[in-house]
Amino acid sequence: MRAYFDHVATNPLDPRVLEAMLPYFKDEFGNAQSVYDLGLRARDAIELARQRVASLINCKPSEIIFTSSGAEANNFAIRGIALARQNRGKHIMVSRVEHHSILNSARFLERSGFEVTFLPVDNYGMVDPETVKKFITKETTLISIIHASSEVGTIQPLKEIGKIAKEHDIVFHTDAVSSTGNIPVDVQELGVDLLSLAANQFYGPKGAGALYVREGLRIVPLIYGGVQEGGRRAGTENVPAIVGMGVAAELAKEELIERMAHVKGLRDRLVVGLTSHIEDIQYTGHPQERLPGHASFLVEYIEGEAMLLMLAHKGIYAASGSACSSKALKASPVLLSMGIPSHLAQGSVVFTLGKDNTLEEVEYCIEEFPKIVERLREISPFKKGWQQAV
Amino acid sequence: MTNLKFVENVKADITEDIVYMMCPMHLLKLQDTIKTAQPGQVIEIITDYDGALDDIPKWCEQHNQEFIGVEEDDESFKFYIRRLN
Repeated sequence: MRAYFDHVATNPLDPRVLEAMLPYFKDEFGNAQSVYDLGLRARDAIELARQRVASLINCKPSEIIFTSSGAEANNFAIRGIALARQNRGKHIMVSRVEHHSILNSARFLERSGFEVTFLPVDNYGMVDPETVKKFITKETTLISIIHASSEVGTIQPLKEIGKIAKEHDIVFHTDAVSSTGNIPVDVQELGVDLLSLAANQFYGPKGAGALYVREGLRIVPLIYGGVQEGGRRAGTENVPAIVGMGVAAELAKEELIERMAHVKGLRDRLVVGLTSHIEDIQYTGHPQERLPGHASFLVEYIEGEAMLLMLAHKGIYAASGSACSSKALKASPVLLSMGIPSHLAQGSVVFTLGKDNTLEEVEYCIEEFPKIVERLREISPFKKGWQQAV
Repeated sequence: MTNLKFVENVKADITEDIVYMMCPMHLLKLQDTIKTAQPGQVIEIITDYDGALDDIPKWCEQHNQEFIGVEEDDESFKFYIRRLN
């Protein structure tokens, strides 16, 4: 059996999305900037996609800038706003549980002479709006807080933070890559000025992302060149990917409630199943305020990477911490910032469910995963009582 | 820069803010915006692209539109163009 439980890494492409994309790889290959019919049709296809994406997050089509990924959208937002507003001030704030595309953009600015506050979080990985207020200075021009953590699933209180930002005339960005298409995301309701999203998180293709930029907000481009995206993001448009993103956005909007209910049911079963069959396992992140298909755990005395490999051997695909930390074999900064000691943070495992997962797959995981944990613990140097022994 | 005139406090009917957008956005935006304006209406283009100081007056001359003038502040230029026909 194969059970793909790593939707936070990427979603499979919806066949309906693929179908819509195919003509733009073949007959409709035109450059959207060309003046003849082939180009005009490509441009029309992009504008239809723009309307669909805008409708998913409740903004105007003109407020959507297509990018190559969520990471590009995040880089664009952080650098573009900090630079555009540097005459007003050179202080920005991001949380400590951001994706690396935010954290490293902030670090780049720090090196370039900006001051950056990395906001602390509580044990659930949540930012306290009061803390945000406390760190605001006259120099603050931008606050960026992730909407929902891909590592622990926690959904941040964006509305409250948005109000604070507005009161202080500070631009507010959110990285909504892991939330858009999975929970309701409405830029008006959230009170954000910018929002990043990526198509492959809602069954669209890789290579398609977008940044919502509220009308009237000035932003310095990240990529200079031609007149694409109103001169704000140069580069020949990836028409098939943008078309796919549009269709995926439309489907996500139509099917959102149904998808949420489906993954939540499976997730709840998985959490109960695993926590009742495995000793010394902790459910991380906020128990209620979290993504509906997201189950993240700390399994004590063993290491995440080993669990992933043994799970994959059984056809179960999961994740451990952030992609970076799993590759660099270091503890996830998100987990450490939540106050989890590094020896425990090593045992992180994240299951993220999708619309096509079945109860049968979840039951299979509940059956196999405890056996894997047991086997790994037998050979683990960090057995129970290890901490007391040293 | 033969046609460059500096003005102050011109009231615009339509404003387009393209600060941080590079060439040729100033001309494309002007071209698009003038199509949506009524004859007699004034368009304001806000840009920090200094090439516009040459281009916009020239464009107006070539396209028979009135270049009213430009206002400069610390971070941008504001170009005023009246649609004639």
